[in-house]
Amino acid sequence: MTDPSTAATGAAVTTTAAEHVTAAEHVETKGSNKPRSLASDAWYDLRRRPLFVISAALILLVVLMALVPTLFTSADPNYGDLNRSRQGPSADAWFGYDNQGYDIFSRTIYGARASIVVGVSATVLTILIGATLGLLAGFYGGWIDGLMSRIADVFFGLPFVLGAIVILSSFRSQGESSATEIMVLVVLSISLLSWPVCMRIMRSAAITAKQQDYVKAARALGASSSRIILRHMLPNAIAPVLVYATIALGAFIGAEATLSFLGLGLRAPVVSWGVMIADSRDVIRVAPHSLLFPAAFLTATVLAFVMLGDAVREALDPKMR
Amino acid sequence: MGRYVLRRLLQLIPVFIGTTFLIYWLVWSLPGDPFSGKCGDRPCPDSYIAFMTEKFNLDDPLIVQYGKYMADLLTGDFGETFRGTSVGELIGEAYPNTIRLALVALAIEAVIGLGAGILTGLRGRGFLDNVVLVSTLFLISLPVFVTGFVLQIVLGFELGWIKTTVTASPAPWGQLIVPGFVLGSLSMAYVTRLTRTSIAENKRADFVRTAVAKGLPQRRVVGVHLLRNSAIPVITFLGTDLGALMGGAIVTEGIFNIKGIGNLVYRGILGKDGLIVTGVVTLLVMVYLLSNLLVDLLYAVLDPRIRYD
Repeated sequence: MTDPSTAATGAAVTTTAAEHVTAAEHVETKGSNKPRSLASDAWYDLRRRPLFVISAALILLVVLMALVPTLFTSADPNYGDLNRSRQGPSADAWFGYDNQGYDIFSRTIYGARASIVVGVSATVLTILIGATLGLLAGFYGGWIDGLMSRIADVFFGLPFVLGAIVILSSFRSQGESSATEIMVLVVLSISLLSWPVCMRIMRSAAITAKQQDYVKAARALGASSSRIILRHMLPNAIAPVLVYATIALGAFIGAEATLSFLGLGLRAPVVSWGVMIADSRDVIRVAPHSLLFPAAFLTATVLAFVMLGDAVREALDPKMR
Repeated sequence: MGRYVLRRLLQLIPVFIGTTFLIYWLVWSLPGDPFSGKCGDRPCPDSYIAFMTEKFNLDDPLIVQYGKYMADLLTGDFGETFRGTSVGELIGEAYPNTIRLALVALAIEAVIGLGAGILTGLRGRGFLDNVVLVSTLFLISLPVFVTGFVLQIVLGFELGWIKTTVTASPAPWGQLIVPGFVLGSLSMAYVTRLTRTSIAENKRADFVRTAVAKGLPQRRVVGVHLLRNSAIPVITFLGTDLGALMGGAIVTEGIFNIKGIGNLVYRGILGKDGLIVTGVVTLLVMVYLLSNLLVDLLYAVLDPRIRYD
């Protein structure tokens, strides 16, 4: 999944129905023991889905890999020995060695960290920008909405890969940059190109929420705008954004790998799946295992997030049941 | 209808200006010497810098530079690269390849995606449905460059069924099938899922029941009543996807060495040749905006209930 914006269009089309959750849920559940909130109802439903359990387990595993890589491997990911260059998988090194004689298994484990960090921070930033602007545009409407929508259109018009390449190459040309700087840049460029999608989702959800009776009631009681936005609209409009966020997280991990693959994202000495795949490019015919294992981990991680997003969407949207 | 088109076209103008200006700003006016690395390892001679500054209006404020550039562009002049080749010619050579690739990708995703979506949407839950769901999930998670590499290795090097690189320009259609599949694979999965959901939802709609009750043959019920009403989200997606396909072709074109827009712009970025980048991106943005407009207009054809005025 290299282009999160297309990923999101798929998500956006189907998530607009999530507002149906709000009212009907409570009526149904009152019959049993006690009324459950939307969140706990969704959680109750989620725990029973095999799709959710599998994807959550996979994600936990990857997060564990990112947090404590030493739990899985004792080999040093940055120790290269040219004597063992391109050796296939063996009992010593489960995934074999790459062109530089690095242990691929160990690098794959350590590579989780960069990918997860980039994915999570890009998602958080995208949601922060997109949800805030979308909420404001949906609440105030009028010229604010028009202005923000046009600005979003401007960023939305840029093709994702192309835009990211231009941003990264422009900002990076000023001398050597450290690994953290590049990581920040990658995160920034991904979020800068993705927030319009999130804003549109949030905006339509906010417009629906704004017309609900509870918002009118709150206003009649004299609640301030900020209170209406934060206490009434946000909790009721956040569901489709959460679904988008889960799927986008997977997409952003794929995007980071694509950018690293093009030589513009992270690079050595940072270990990431995208960097590993990019490194394997030239030896692909003699040592296909150096591509296969990082690519498999990358795909599995993205898959886990996409599956989680699917499961969350179905749990939050009773229409799909 | 005419007024609606006019209004939409007018709305396109600020977006178009905004996007192209953003790109122009990014490419040209970031801090740093625009000539660093332009002349190989040594610094550029002063006469060259003076000539180039004059030629590309680098001394003007950015907004004036941009204005001059756009004025040239409107007369069809894309300018020249630092090496003196006409950008318009470069784009003219590269564009047919990318359009072909995008069309192949679009055709593949429309045929396979719609087919699989209709089939599973009509049949409902079952073995086939699960197979399609799992494979679309898998396709969605597979980054394009991994799909590209794996197909290139397996079909090209191991089995020898396809040529691993597309050498000729304009690229022959036959050689574009696999690259087109790679490029369209992600969207194909989305088209499948959208079609499936849309058909499954409309299958129980009143108008379908009416059509069946009237005694219409199955073919007509599905082909006319069901499909036409389920097509809107799919058409929206396909329309916006055309622009995304062209922008996303960079990776696919890189893997299969197709001499298209993506390749051109990538080399332009690496060589810091701003005019190539701005020219191509401007063109891509235009294609993208126009295809979105076209999709909106198609709505009225598909669903006569939608009126624009």
